[in-house]
Amino acid sequence: MSSDQPFITDESQVVTETRDARMTGQGDRFNSRLREAFGSSPFILTKFDKFLNWCRGSSMFMLQFGIACCSIEMMHTYAVKHDLDRFGSGVPRASPRQADVMIVPGTIVSKFAPRMKRVYDQMPEPKFVVGMGSCTISGGPFQEGYNVIKGAEEVIPIDIHVPGCPPRPEALVYGVVKLQERVANGEASPVTVKPYELEEFSDLERDELVDKLADEIEDDELVMRYNFADSP
Amino acid sequence: MSLERPDTVDDGAVERTPDELEALLGDLVVDRDDHLNAPGFVIRPDTVQETLSILKEQAGYDHLSVVSAQEYENRYESIYHLKKFDDPTQEVSVVVPADKDNPVSESAEPVFRTADWHEREAYDLIGVEYDDHPDLRRILLPETWQGHPLSMDYDKDRPQIATLPEHANPLEEHHKDAESDTMFLNIGPHHPATHGVLHLKTTLDGEQVVDVEPDIGYLHRSEEQMAQNGTYRHQIMPYPDRWDYISAGLLNEWAYARAAEDLADIEVPEYAQVIRTMGAEMCRIAAHMLALATFALDINGDFTATFMYAINDRERVQNLLEDLTGQRLMFNYFRLGGVVWDLPEPREEFFSNTRDFLDQLPESIEEYHNLITSNEIFQMRTIDTGILPPEVAKNYGATGPVLRGSGVDYDLRRDDPYGYYDELDWDVITEDGCDNFSRLLVRMREVEESAKIIEQCVDLLEDWPEDERNIQANVPRTLRPDDDTEIYRAVEGAKGELGIYIRADGTDKPARFKIRSPCFSNLQTLPEMANGEYVPDVVAALGSLDIVLGEVDR
Ligand code: SF4
Repeated sequence: MSSDQPFITDESQVVTETRDARMTGQGDRFNSRLREAFGSSPFILTKFDKFLNWCRGSSMFMLQFGIACCSIEMMHTYAVKHDLDRFGSGVPRASPRQADVMIVPGTIVSKFAPRMKRVYDQMPEPKFVVGMGSCTISGGPFQEGYNVIKGAEEVIPIDIHVPGCPPRPEALVYGVVKLQERVANGEASPVTVKPYELEEFSDLERDELVDKLADEIEDDELVMRYNFADSP
Repeated sequence: MSLERPDTVDDGAVERTPDELEALLGDLVVDRDDHLNAPGFVIRPDTVQETLSILKEQAGYDHLSVVSAQEYENRYESIYHLKKFDDPTQEVSVVVPADKDNPVSESAEPVFRTADWHEREAYDLIGVEYDDHPDLRRILLPETWQGHPLSMDYDKDRPQIATLPEHANPLEEHHKDAESDTMFLNIGPHHPATHGVLHLKTTLDGEQVVDVEPDIGYLHRSEEQMAQNGTYRHQIMPYPDRWDYISAGLLNEWAYARAAEDLADIEVPEYAQVIRTMGAEMCRIAAHMLALATFALDINGDFTATFMYAINDRERVQNLLEDLTGQRLMFNYFRLGGVVWDLPEPREEFFSNTRDFLDQLPESIEEYHNLITSNEIFQMRTIDTGILPPEVAKNYGATGPVLRGSGVDYDLRRDDPYGYYDELDWDVITEDGCDNFSRLLVRMREVEESAKIIEQCVDLLEDWPEDERNIQANVPRTLRPDDDTEIYRAVEGAKGELGIYIRADGTDKPARFKIRSPCFSNLQTLPEMANGEYVPDVVAALGSLDIVLGEVDR
């Protein structure tokens, strides 16, 4: 911007002046970087959906949800050094009603899957899920365990899988940022019927097992039926 | 000297030979089945209480470490591993065979309270039934589960159903009786204060807790089965990292390593022992830091200062551990007979990093004391709440900082020495407050002791002659311990006595692998501490127990 380049006129100077002129009267506190980025125009033109998705992706509330070993690395991701909050998604909410992203950090076992489904159902739409660790992909190191669900995808839809056992905090940050990108682009995993659903006991197809448990379980009690033989 | 035990005049300290014990038990003993670690007495299934009371009251075996059950071709068997709090090297096993077709044996619960949960677990996983048990239900698996997964004819492909019980309007249905005004409150399994997936069924009378019942099993990942499917040499070692996953990996690996090395008679080179000791203590610091962080979170709701500071200190230790082992959390660093590789090169850098960490540690601990232990609100919440008297703690088999916070001087690193601990100069920490505050204080002071240990190890390693740096003993590629050898060995994990029982059957995989988890026993004491207190005190008591669900449920 100087005497070395005498033939280039600095147009930005003009733009800035126009912008500054337009912004006067607003009070300095409203002059954000974002406002500066918009330049001289006070308007933006975009599709409403696109704008809303951009908002969604830029400010996501996580559910404070710890299951197993991976949740320790998740805590480190939230805390100092890795500080997920830098990316606009680091404030864990204790209640599913206030959250829109669920990080599933760990092994899901038979007793917990119905509860996880319940917590997922309690989150308001639109909601997104990050599967953290090998356990949520396939059951991970416990894949052969008699009590282990072979991946979170058997129960709820997952948007992003972060592999690792456990994934490093950097990997989780990368996964969350990828999710933000997807959300900003309006993409999400389809909500389909999953192999293991919560249903009322009386809706189960009758077979030997159901007959056997008929005395123990009320008809309208919610149950989840695992067909381990069909699991991947 | 710091490592000497205070003199006890207790009758129980007298050591008896196996034959004297057998004479003491007289006719109760029908056979002998010695284990590598202890004499084993076989008794009839209907004399369990009698035998255990004699051993407890007359011979001083006041610590029931664990009950391990298993199924054989022709019988079921429950083994009661007994020890003395005064001297854990004195051990005895009581072996109770039960009928194959009708596996019933008498419950030990009236003698040792801790047997309650241990026997429920044995019933759940193996299928042994305990007569006279107060509450024989499944504990880890859903109540509607079919079959007993560690029994011989279990088919793991069969379908199962788990329920999600609706708790009806608590004010209507869960009155204990019509007069009183109690209310039922579910805490967990998804709740920020439960440190994972624990479910507390709480009955309240106003603000006061009438009854709290921990409901566990939401993270029962079939760890024992996984270990039984793995070969001794390499396939089991990754799993211990995932029991107590609060960075306490090396401590857990040591539990398996110790049991398997004693089983297969492997001698670990001294250099490797020093590295192990150093690594294990780093893990203890990391684990205690997280306990501190989450406790501050529970008590003060302090997500900003204390929590972040403690996580910051954890990051420092984790960096050292990562340099040493290559991973931040799941180290998989020990091998039977040693460790997998030597210290990272350049060694000087590793040593100076470690020293830097140790140098700043006193300052951070000072900071924690300023922030929490000298904070009046914190003191009001924790001093004289969650009282756990020493006798109760012992009866429940509590160990680790929980027991030491009740003033009982019991630490396996000193009392049943392994590794390099007996060569080093450090102290066992106890506090006699028996309350939440003491348990926290024990952990904070233990961090200082661990730092002392690490420092001495670094000194030793620095001067270790280069040609004597032997990190692994010669261990055969495939280990096949002799048929029908059994061993129970424990180490001092971050949460207490972490023990492993292994039965070998002559193959390269264990026939039975049982984990004695300290948190499982510690958590049992929660109702003792919480009943009659206010709801916030339950949360404080739970936080001060410092449980890890991965280890409770396994
Ligand atoms: S992926 Fe690994 S670290 Fe994560 S929960 Fe599963 S076992 Fe634990």
